[in-house]
Amino acid sequence: MAKSITVDDLDIYYGDFLAVQGVNMTIKARSVTAFIGPSGCGKSTMLRSLNRMHEVIPGARVEGKVMVDGQSLYDNAVDPVAVRRQIGMVFQRPNPFPTMSIYENVLAGNRLNAKKMKKAEADEIVERSLKGANLWNEVKDRLGKPGMGLSGGQQQRLCIARAIAVEPQVLLMDEPCSALDPISTSAIEDLIHELKSDYTIVIVTHNMQQAARVSDETGFFNLKAAGQPGQLVEFNNTQKMFANPDNESTEAYISGRFG
Amino acid sequence: MSTTLKPAPVSVASIPLTHGHLPRGAEILVGVVAAAAAGLFPLLLGWGLVAWVIVSVILFIVGLTVWSAIVETRRSATDRMVTALVWTAFGIALVPLVSLLWTVVSKGVPAINSTFLSYSAFRTSLDQPIGIYHAIVGTLVITLCAVVISVPIGIFAAIYLVEYGKGNRLARGITFLVDVMTGIPSIVAGLFAFSMFTAFFGAGYRAGIGGAVALSLLMIPIVVRSTEEMLRLVPDDLREAAYALGTPKWRTITKVVLRTSLGGIITGVTLATARIIGETAPLLLIAGLTTRTNVNPFEGFMTTLPVFIYSQFQKGTAADFELAWGTALVLVIIVLLLNIVARVIGKIFAPKTGR
Amino acid sequence: MATLAGVFIFLTIEGVPGFFQEEQFYKGAGNFWGYVDHLLFGTVLAATIALIVAVPLAFGIALVVSHYAPKWIAGPVAYVIDLLAAVPSVVFGLWGINLFAPKMVPIYDWLNAHLGWLPFFEGPVNPVGTTILTAGLVLAIMILPIITAISREVFTQTPVLHEEAALALGATRWEMIRLAVFPYAKSGMVSAVMLGLGRALGETMAVAMVLSGGGGISFNLIASSNPTSIAANIASQYKENTPGTLHVLIATGLVLFLVTFLVNFAARWIVAGNDRKMAR
Repeated sequence: MAKSITVDDLDIYYGDFLAVQGVNMTIKARSVTAFIGPSGCGKSTMLRSLNRMHEVIPGARVEGKVMVDGQSLYDNAVDPVAVRRQIGMVFQRPNPFPTMSIYENVLAGNRLNAKKMKKAEADEIVERSLKGANLWNEVKDRLGKPGMGLSGGQQQRLCIARAIAVEPQVLLMDEPCSALDPISTSAIEDLIHELKSDYTIVIVTHNMQQAARVSDETGFFNLKAAGQPGQLVEFNNTQKMFANPDNESTEAYISGRFG
Repeated sequence: MSTTLKPAPVSVASIPLTHGHLPRGAEILVGVVAAAAAGLFPLLLGWGLVAWVIVSVILFIVGLTVWSAIVETRRSATDRMVTALVWTAFGIALVPLVSLLWTVVSKGVPAINSTFLSYSAFRTSLDQPIGIYHAIVGTLVITLCAVVISVPIGIFAAIYLVEYGKGNRLARGITFLVDVMTGIPSIVAGLFAFSMFTAFFGAGYRAGIGGAVALSLLMIPIVVRSTEEMLRLVPDDLREAAYALGTPKWRTITKVVLRTSLGGIITGVTLATARIIGETAPLLLIAGLTTRTNVNPFEGFMTTLPVFIYSQFQKGTAADFELAWGTALVLVIIVLLLNIVARVIGKIFAPKTGR
Repeated sequence: MATLAGVFIFLTIEGVPGFFQEEQFYKGAGNFWGYVDHLLFGTVLAATIALIVAVPLAFGIALVVSHYAPKWIAGPVAYVIDLLAAVPSVVFGLWGINLFAPKMVPIYDWLNAHLGWLPFFEGPVNPVGTTILTAGLVLAIMILPIITAISREVFTQTPVLHEEAALALGATRWEMIRLAVFPYAKSGMVSAVMLGLGRALGETMAVAMVLSGGGGISFNLIASSNPTSIAANIASQYKENTPGTLHVLIATGLVLFLVTFLVNFAARWIVAGNDRKMAR
């Protein structure tokens, strides 16, 4: 079920402003791909254009192609709703729905598609998703409690459970640990390792050590120059990237000389 | 843990990204068809324009939903239906509101001429032109009195609530009372002023000041509310900075807190004024009705613009209505100006952010 | 802050005698309750009509402005709505009697002809359109901007985070609104409605101008004999000036005050309860 993504000469705009220019890459199935780079270079924008969340912002649009297993995401006939249904997303700050219980939060996506779900079926989805997110043992006794009552790290794992409950093919993570403490972060990183066997995962991170720890491949984004659009500088195997990058500026960034 | 993860059913993977899709411009197509189909009714049955529009809209919504449900999914059908309904609600609601504004302007403009604003409605001779001078004066005097009464009370109450009474019982009680006062019907405020003045000055006492008291009763809660909000926006850092310099509390409040929130407070007061200037009911009871100009709020009847509109309406001839429309236009313009002034003040005094 | 207590005390002092006046002051009704009950009925009926019509429309407009319309429409419309919220009620009344009521007569004729079997549209149709239905509709138009302004505010305050969470799960726009916007805005929506209700109950001038009251309790919405509302009754009767009538009027004012007080109280209670739930 996990799928690969091919990005072909993608330009991303906010209105007239060109944010990211000329991206080409192939994201492999069942692997973790990390996007790194300094602030404001278009990593998150790039990520959001992979499941058409980018166009939610008024005036935002893209030019170029994003192909998921040969199917172009930006074809006229493609329904963005169906795209997002299959390419799940986890955000920077945990965002469980405040009025829903833990149980209902996990099922939120499934409820959209199937109004009537058998209780047993629903229970099974909740248990499977929460186990998948390594949260089951912590919350199994209080599934009826509001999701907002959990700690930040637990909330983030609840959001991951919510995203995998609809069984997406790809999971996008936008700095999923930046609002969390080190212990929660390491729990999420462990989780990413486990999820890799079933999902294609793309993660944006500010933290280079994190990228080195969790990812198989890494894309380094940078601005061409101040005021210029962001671009993909280097896309490479993570080990190679951190040991012996092809590009000078990648090396400068990784060794901490800027950014 | 990953061992507990059952592989998801294979069927999921085969969900296509595409499904049936209405062609671009489907809305327009359905709209034209609906309008044409509905057009049969007026032709055949002789219905009017209104009926035609209503039937078109209904056909449009039903048509689009059904088509979408057949070609697309049930979910996009719901989405399309709600979108259509929401826009319809928008359209329906705009009709009377636009009609109202248009009527006030189109009927009001002809009534306004050089004598309209400068003469009172009191005729000394039969051919003398009449105007609304007395009502403008009355409005200004009564509103001014109301502002003078309510602004100090409102601001002090708000300062107490925010700066001194944080969370204590009295403060909570006051907040509750202010909330309740926001909901007082204007006529009840009028009755209050009326019965109070009756109790103090005997039956039949009517003067502008009574109206001002009634209006300030309506105005105080608005002022308290908006001032409170503004004072709460002042960051505690600023207060602490002042305390750290050894400034006493009352000086901190006057020099730092009030100065920072001044713009917001003035905006709030202006909006509250705009709100009460159009009040009719309480003034009808207590300020009385006269055709002469009266500048003394403590003695004699006093007419304001809204009350004048009402009295013209009661007289009921076409000429009276013309005056009423003219007055309505003047009143709406005053309210509009106050709103714009409030916005401009808000902009000017807004805390400078960034560069 | 003694003011509110003051209001209550004065109204009670002046109003209580109104409960026990001689029969002549009650216009044929035997006692105070016989006098006030149809006024209360009229008040509630007009306000109910207004709410039924205004609430869905107001939420619709608010949604259009906050989530559907492009910015260049939403901005000016929001401004016009705010402005309309400030238009004095007497102007609405003038518009209602002069323009709106006559326009409604053919519609009432049609309703009577086609739906006359419903008790609401029994007729005979009021030839000038000054019916309780007209009054209710004018009230609806009046409270529309207020409800819209408040609910628009809460809709736009929905955290983008929650909206994106819903969209990223593959929700359509409407599903996103149901999933993220409504739960978040619920308490604000309730208080907007309650505020509108309070306005509609206490509104005086528009009703006094549009409605030709004087009838008893009746659900017939389009006939000539309508119950009038408490506030409008005060405005039209106050001139009679005899102490007896005045006491009665003030007593009705007291009743109105209590009703609006209850509505407001209920609104705050609901909102507070909801906030507590969100905070947990």
